[in-house]
Amino acid sequence: MIEVENIHKSFGDAHILKGISTTFEQGKTNLVIGQSGSGKTVFLKSLLGLFEPEQGKICYNGEYYWDLTTAEQRDLRQQMGMVFQGSALFDSMTVEENVMFPMDMFTKQSKGEMQDRVDFVLERVNLIDAHKKFPAEISGGMQKRVAIARAIVMNPKYLFCDEPNSGLDPKTAILIDNLIQEITKEYNITTVINTHDMNSVMEIGEKIIFLKNGYKEWEGSNKEIFKTDNGAVTDFVYSSELFKKVRQMYIEERN
Amino acid sequence: MNYIAAIGKYFIMVGEVFKKPTKWRIMKSLILKEIDELIYGSMGIIIFIAFFIGGVVTIQTALNLNSPLIPKSLIGFATRQSVILEFAPTFTSIIMAGKVGSYITSSIGTMKVTEQIDALEVMGVNSLNYLVFPKIIAMLLYPFAVAVAMYVGIFGGWIAGAFGGYAPSGEFIKGLQLDFIPFHITYSFIKTLVFAFVIATVPSFHGFYMKGGALEVGKASTTAFVWTSVVIIILNYIITQLLLG
Repeated sequence: MIEVENIHKSFGDAHILKGISTTFEQGKTNLVIGQSGSGKTVFLKSLLGLFEPEQGKICYNGEYYWDLTTAEQRDLRQQMGMVFQGSALFDSMTVEENVMFPMDMFTKQSKGEMQDRVDFVLERVNLIDAHKKFPAEISGGMQKRVAIARAIVMNPKYLFCDEPNSGLDPKTAILIDNLIQEITKEYNITTVINTHDMNSVMEIGEKIIFLKNGYKEWEGSNKEIFKTDNGAVTDFVYSSELFKKVRQMYIEERN
Repeated sequence: MNYIAAIGKYFIMVGEVFKKPTKWRIMKSLILKEIDELIYGSMGIIIFIAFFIGGVVTIQTALNLNSPLIPKSLIGFATRQSVILEFAPTFTSIIMAGKVGSYITSSIGTMKVTEQIDALEVMGVNSLNYLVFPKIIAMLLYPFAVAVAMYVGIFGGWIAGAFGGYAPSGEFIKGLQLDFIPFHITYSFIKTLVFAFVIATVPSFHGFYMKGGALEVGKASTTAFVWTSVVIIILNYIITQLLLG
């Protein structure tokens, strides 16, 4: 579980996060949504410990990250997996080497044990024949799968995903969403996903927090988001014609 | 004020490079890869430039020593001194600042832009140690490259002198052996090692702390080359004053 308590973060004069508090529960897919520039990425990077908030606390299962020693912070980081927006795979390494990298760095497992684990996670994300390929030789969707495999290879307690669907076609995006949700349930991980993809919100948003201008504007589930009267949320959710029609149908059905 | 802040940030970065070392098994392969990329991969251009610079130094010296009272052996002497003291270590380092420096800045900068450095940090890897330390260690072999440049430069001078008709072979070789001071080689290697550290770290600094996208990676590479050259030239003056002045 991750508890966030009144965090503030600024860069120079720009006050990006303005007192956000929330809780991300274990075994749930938690979504952070909001328009570009709402502070989602800064919030996620603060959760990852890449940015230190000026005020407030972020606790991982009761441990306050910035109170830990450097070695303890490093240990905690090894319990985190991250899927970056652009996958952030290492260009000079093959798919297999990318996935093996965290194990190679931090465990004393034999080459054979690591290979078995790599084969297992790559199979888990439905990538069977891409082991020896370089990131540039595979598609965007496959790169995302490799990034997910790399993020889960160390059995993390926390999984963070920054816009995992960006740049993907709708079908692949749904596959990636479902994969993340399955992994979350299967390994009982605390998953936090940054997204502005409404399909993800509908499909996997067990808990959603909506950010606007650095504030937490709304919090709820995917069932509640379509019923809320919060103007900022409805503006965001129904900004596309498709969702406007869905809402219209919902209202007609209700009446 | 920005320059002072940047200098401070550079030294903090250098300190971070030596903290929290990466596993030796992984570091060893990274070092070998960097030796291949930075040193072995640069030998061709170093040899090519050294050969022709040696030749040009010989021709220009010969053309300026046209008094019959000055022995032709002085052409060999001047070539040796110029190549060993200045052309091999400093000129080659400026070339390396361009070739190796821009490679370092652009590779680290691209990793920054594509969030690969963030990925390393999230995993708990000291990204500065992982990326910069192998380059510093690989560049410890740089004096070897400069030694080759010295040899090839003098060889180029001999070819130009003997076959171009500027200095008879015997006279040139006699000049090469004239008043040889072994400390000049030591001085040259000392400054080469300092330049090697600069070539490995200054471009890394510009790549690691760059902000923006692909365009900024290009700009950072140019800035890194300019600053690496400036630092090399300033340090060249200081080291020369300290060791030979």
